[in-house]
Amino acid sequence: MATTLDEATIARDANRRVRRSGNVAGWAFAGPSVFIVLGLSFIPMVWAAYLSLANSNLVSGGHFIGLANYAALAKDPLLRQAFTNTLLLALLYLPIGLAAGLGIAILLNQKIKLIGFYRTCFLVPFVASAAAEGLLFGFIFDPDFGIVNAGLHAVGLPRQGLLQDPSQALVVLAIVYFWTQFGFNIVIYLAALQDIPEEVLEAASIDGAGKWATFWHVTVPTIRPVTIFLLVWSLIDVFQFFDLVYTTTKGGPLNSTLTLVYYIWQLAFNFFTAGYGAAVAYVLFFTSLIVILAALAYGRRRRVTL
Amino acid sequence: MTGEQALLPVPEVDMAVHRARIEEAGRRMRRSGWRRHLPRRGHLALLPLSIIMVLPFVWMVLTSFMTDSEINRIPPTIWPHRLYTGGYSTVLASSDFPYWFLNSLIVSGAAVIAQLVLCSLAGYAFARIQFRGSTVMLLLLLATALIPFQLTVIPTFVIFHDIGLINTLGALIVPQLTSALGIYLMYSFFQSFPRELEEAGRIDGCSRLQVFWKIVLPLARPALAALGIITFIYAWNDLFWPLIAITSSRTFTVQVGLTTFQGEHATDWSELMAGTVLTTAPVLLVFLVGQRRFVQAITGAVKG
Repeated sequence: MATTLDEATIARDANRRVRRSGNVAGWAFAGPSVFIVLGLSFIPMVWAAYLSLANSNLVSGGHFIGLANYAALAKDPLLRQAFTNTLLLALLYLPIGLAAGLGIAILLNQKIKLIGFYRTCFLVPFVASAAAEGLLFGFIFDPDFGIVNAGLHAVGLPRQGLLQDPSQALVVLAIVYFWTQFGFNIVIYLAALQDIPEEVLEAASIDGAGKWATFWHVTVPTIRPVTIFLLVWSLIDVFQFFDLVYTTTKGGPLNSTLTLVYYIWQLAFNFFTAGYGAAVAYVLFFTSLIVILAALAYGRRRRVTL
Repeated sequence: MTGEQALLPVPEVDMAVHRARIEEAGRRMRRSGWRRHLPRRGHLALLPLSIIMVLPFVWMVLTSFMTDSEINRIPPTIWPHRLYTGGYSTVLASSDFPYWFLNSLIVSGAAVIAQLVLCSLAGYAFARIQFRGSTVMLLLLLATALIPFQLTVIPTFVIFHDIGLINTLGALIVPQLTSALGIYLMYSFFQSFPRELEEAGRIDGCSRLQVFWKIVLPLARPALAALGIITFIYAWNDLFWPLIAITSSRTFTVQVGLTTFQGEHATDWSELMAGTVLTTAPVLLVFLVGQRRFVQAITGAVKG
């Protein structure tokens, strides 16, 4: 009786010692990262919430003004414009970006010569910096010296204003954005396609399914989780659209390419209305949060796990 | 997910029909007769499309070797008449570009080293060590992925301003010391990593740090390479935060400096394009060397 008690005590002691050493080692290993990541996200997040309720000018904290910033949001035509532009960009980019990403991924998922070279080519624009690419396309689409207008002229079409035309600038930006970004969709889709077991496709083929039938009834449903992921990821990315605007149009002409993040940047760091900028940033945050949660809910309903 | 399709009930078929279908499928997969000598259909689409993808970069390199009068000609010159290197010498000798390049190297290098150390330590702790609060902390870390940097940037600027980091390279390095994505990458790598070796090390009397340093890290080289490559590319390409945190020219990074070449009215194109080439080259070099790891890193982050 006594010996079993002793053994139990010894075991409990040993357990406690292991757990304590685990606590020390675990926090020693993970502590610095946890401290930095959480400190740099949650503290500023709460602070931004306070700023959005104040009339801060970036340098001073300002006074508490309640919900006045949020009341002003509703009547701000520029915010509405920035919101519409960002949404338009998403509508222009998402369907084509996803469809083209899948299409190219299917083409790249073959065992043919040069396939490594092709894969590299499609990824290069995604890897190079958006700033450099914005400057490059500012040159390519320059109305006077750009190669695009020269090409249009050569085939007898009228020269276009492109990035300097309020009715064209956003579409041109969407094209450039597509070129820089859809390599990511290709990589993700390609990985998903390579994960489809060979037997599944063979089985479909033996059952008499043609290429199209196999694509629609086997491939597309199998990679649906990836499609939902890409949809969410692309939406978040579009909501953060900044570098290309800054290096090409700076929101112009006539605010036709003003995006949410560019507007936040202007408000806080050009006009020094940091409190109002923080309020706009919170609108951005809640919008993207709703989109993510909606996509997750949709995924769950379709019995898809992200 | 994929298993479901395989388990669908197979309709009963006559064996003869079945065999015919197998042959038909085989025929569809093979190419016979004269068609064998045509280029594969894949090339017909892939070759022109992949050239379109890299054409802007080719144009960038060509333009960087043209004189301004060649560039401003209408219609534009396609091929430079001779290799003009004036753009490059202007960039390297009469602008602050060398400083920018060095600053970018320092910031990206520091980010890579710090993330390799901190993310692998944290990822290992979450995957292997049971400690109080680990589950909550991991969830909180992953939740930060939902917080856009644009939300936190204004207070971050104010904090960094108050502690005197603004306009120093420190302001650019501190936010890149570690990352939720990097921790997650290493975490999922260590989770799929066999425990036996570590246990052997522990029994032989190594401390946790020794086990980590001598046994785990050498075997984690592929994951570390992947993390290092995406960290470098991300840090090198960042524009938004350096643009806000740095105001004096000699502390700019390449991305911020490059945008100053863009004139309000007239732009020196050959200078701008030379700068763009020099800015893009390091990141493309890293990508070409480590493409496989780069792809692993971004697909790994998605799948995990």
